Amino acid sequence: MIKAAHLVKKFGSSTAVNSISFDVKEGENLILLGTSGCGKTTTLRMVNRLTEPDSGTIFLNGTDIRSQQPETLRRGIGYVLQNHGLFPHYTVAENIAIVPRLLKWESSKTGKRADELFEKLNLDPAIKDKYPAALSGGQQQRVGLARSLMVNPPVLLMDEPFGALDNLTRISIRKEFRVLDELVKKTIIMVTHDVQEAFEMGDRICLMDKGEIMQIGTPEDLLFRPANNFVANFLDEQRLQLELKSVLLEEILPGSAKNISVWDQMESLLQVNAYPDDAPGDALTIESLMAAFSKYKKR
Amino acid sequence: MDQTQTFWQFVNQQSDKLWNQTWAHIGLTMISLILAIIIAVPVGILIARKQKLSGIVLGFAGVLQTIPSIALLGVMIPFLGIGPKPAILALFLYALLPVIRNTYTGIMEVNPAVVDAAKGMGMSKWQILTKVELPLAFPVLMAGIRTATVINVGVATLAAYIAAGGLGEFIFGGIALNNSNMILAGAIPAALLAIILDFLLSLVQKINLKSIRVSWLILPFVFISMSSFYLLPTQIGGRMLGGFTPEFMGREDGYLGLKSVYRLGIETVVISDAVMYKAAFEHKLDVISGYSTDGRLKAYDLITLKDDKGIFPPYYAAPVIRNEVLTKYPELEAVLNQLSGSINDSIMTALNYKVDQLKQSPEQVAMDFMVSKQLYKPSKKGTKGTVRIGSKIFGEQYILAQMYKILILGNTDLTVLTKTGLGGTKICFDALTNNQIDFYPEYTGTGFLVLLKPDKKTIKQLEGNTDGVYQYVSQAFNKQFNIKWLKPIGFNNSYALMMRKEQAQSLRIESITDLTNHLKHK
Repeated sequence: MIKAAHLVKKFGSSTAVNSISFDVKEGENLILLGTSGCGKTTTLRMVNRLTEPDSGTIFLNGTDIRSQQPETLRRGIGYVLQNHGLFPHYTVAENIAIVPRLLKWESSKTGKRADELFEKLNLDPAIKDKYPAALSGGQQQRVGLARSLMVNPPVLLMDEPFGALDNLTRISIRKEFRVLDELVKKTIIMVTHDVQEAFEMGDRICLMDKGEIMQIGTPEDLLFRPANNFVANFLDEQRLQLELKSVLLEEILPGSAKNISVWDQMESLLQVNAYPDDAPGDALTIESLMAAFSKYKKR
Repeated sequence: MDQTQTFWQFVNQQSDKLWNQTWAHIGLTMISLILAIIIAVPVGILIARKQKLSGIVLGFAGVLQTIPSIALLGVMIPFLGIGPKPAILALFLYALLPVIRNTYTGIMEVNPAVVDAAKGMGMSKWQILTKVELPLAFPVLMAGIRTATVINVGVATLAAYIAAGGLGEFIFGGIALNNSNMILAGAIPAALLAIILDFLLSLVQKINLKSIRVSWLILPFVFISMSSFYLLPTQIGGRMLGGFTPEFMGREDGYLGLKSVYRLGIETVVISDAVMYKAAFEHKLDVISGYSTDGRLKAYDLITLKDDKGIFPPYYAAPVIRNEVLTKYPELEAVLNQLSGSINDSIMTALNYKVDQLKQSPEQVAMDFMVSKQLYKPSKKGTKGTVRIGSKIFGEQYILAQMYKILILGNTDLTVLTKTGLGGTKICFDALTNNQIDFYPEYTGTGFLVLLKPDKKTIKQLEGNTDGVYQYVSQAFNKQFNIKWLKPIGFNNSYALMMRKEQAQSLRIESITDLTNHLKHK
């Protein structure tokens, strides 16, 4: 769906992005991960031409994005920012109607779509006439997302979408967004510096450093088959947690419940163990789970 | 003029003039403001886009702001003449800085994330400007416009100096004529105007604008409809135009006398004497009111018209000094009187010419003169006390003040502080009565008509009687103000009507009667 080839971008004498290439398949979540200054945001902004590359090309559905007017291109691509970027002088309803208005939608259609998204995103319809400053951080972020989803663009670009939220809100919104049907179908490129977030949200992760791609692959690729020392070191600090989260229960114990990560299983076991009387006799224990996991790793 | 007239009586009596001046004032302020907005807002937007230009542009607008208003007005006369045009241009220049700066600041303060989001959603540059940046910058922008408005209402009073009308006519006329009612009749409406306009604009500022377009339509409409009341005060056609000082306009031995005695019918504008002579020279005015000893007469090739009906009686120039000062330093009287009798009309004109036209400093001219008359003695560098000399704001008074300084320093143990350039008769005289200065040179006619304001009968009685007027003011000042008129210096200073020599000769106008007849038959 999206194909980037040999992108280069220099700001003055420093090279922000140095000849990178990647593909994003339809419906896939690609995470651009890295520390600040690694070029991930610059890469993202080249996709909707907020930044023009010095050389290299990006194809969207096989056509060069430069063959379109940048404004037309951007209206077809959702864009979510860290600081939500809501217009402070527009009410919530007006904010989410910006792109539909640019595309000359009828107001009844806009209203219907807004109602639909409000419900899906757990937003109280009463806030529609409020100004962004009157909303909580979580609400602002949801409205920001609603705004980018209004015209149902096939591609969504997210730049640190949870960056401005406090820890608790961030984790809960992340969980919600992950299962949101509107997002599941979309082709998403998301920028983050948070490793946990990348592993939770990403189908594939593109780890960047100093303008270059260190490795691009699934979470498990990065964890268990690091391309180089940088990748291994980058993940080391949170390695155990990441591994437990990215390995599925059925992978280490064939025949067990599907789509549950080892981490989730451990969480539920620990909760059960707080009340030992309720524990079923033949159930999995933490000890046996850990044993299976280390066996899987040694394989 | 009735001495006991109240403020309301004055306003009632002069209501026509007051309305005209107020509308002229609004017109000057608004037209210049609209022009400033039309230019400054796009410039502000431009420098917000091209940061490199911002320093230069803001610096340049800042420099404009620091040019003294009267100087700016004076500089423009050769190019734009007198009247509303140079006044509007000057006000326009003053309004630029606040509007440019606030437009720039307002746009720079818009959260970059919001602009980024707007761009990312596919808004065009124009849409971002009109729907995001300008609406968000609007409160700051309006604050700039409000600042500019208040500045312009204030500066527009100075437009009276170059015949552009406005409430300055009353304000400066009142200062010149020692008429508090007249000052207030100009100052109060000007202050109210500033407050009201600022308030109206504050309402506009509070409007929450989704898009700047609506306001773009409303604002100029409001301004222009207000400005349309402004009928430009000068319709300079084929007839002659007279430019008179605010003081001359209100004096019996001035314009009032011209009207009542000569029945002179001439279109007039009010103008400052600082620019009047030049304006006549530049053919912007045909007839002006000047002083008979003014050096610029010679410099600008003007001639005085013969006062054949004698409405401009000659008046002595003499120092007026507070009696308290004379009690404290009795030696002062004899010292100041040394100058008496040494300057006649032609000497004074020549001295004025040196300052006004040859651009010599008043200090130098005074020193040269004192040396040549053997009145100069080296300073005794005394420490007994300080005498404060005042002067009005024209060359002759500067020269006289310097002469007195030389006399006091050389002949007494006193030191001298000069407070020159006091704006007019009223300011100078108030400074004297309020113990801010100790003495200044005054003219008996001014003391008689402007400061004492005697009744019509007394005026009639003493008309043309130079010595009689001197006696009258000496007694009255002593009694009313505890101020003494010292011996007259020797020269007379009176008003005179002046024209360009070539014009007067080609029209064969030699006297004011000739002028009246010429205007009647045209």
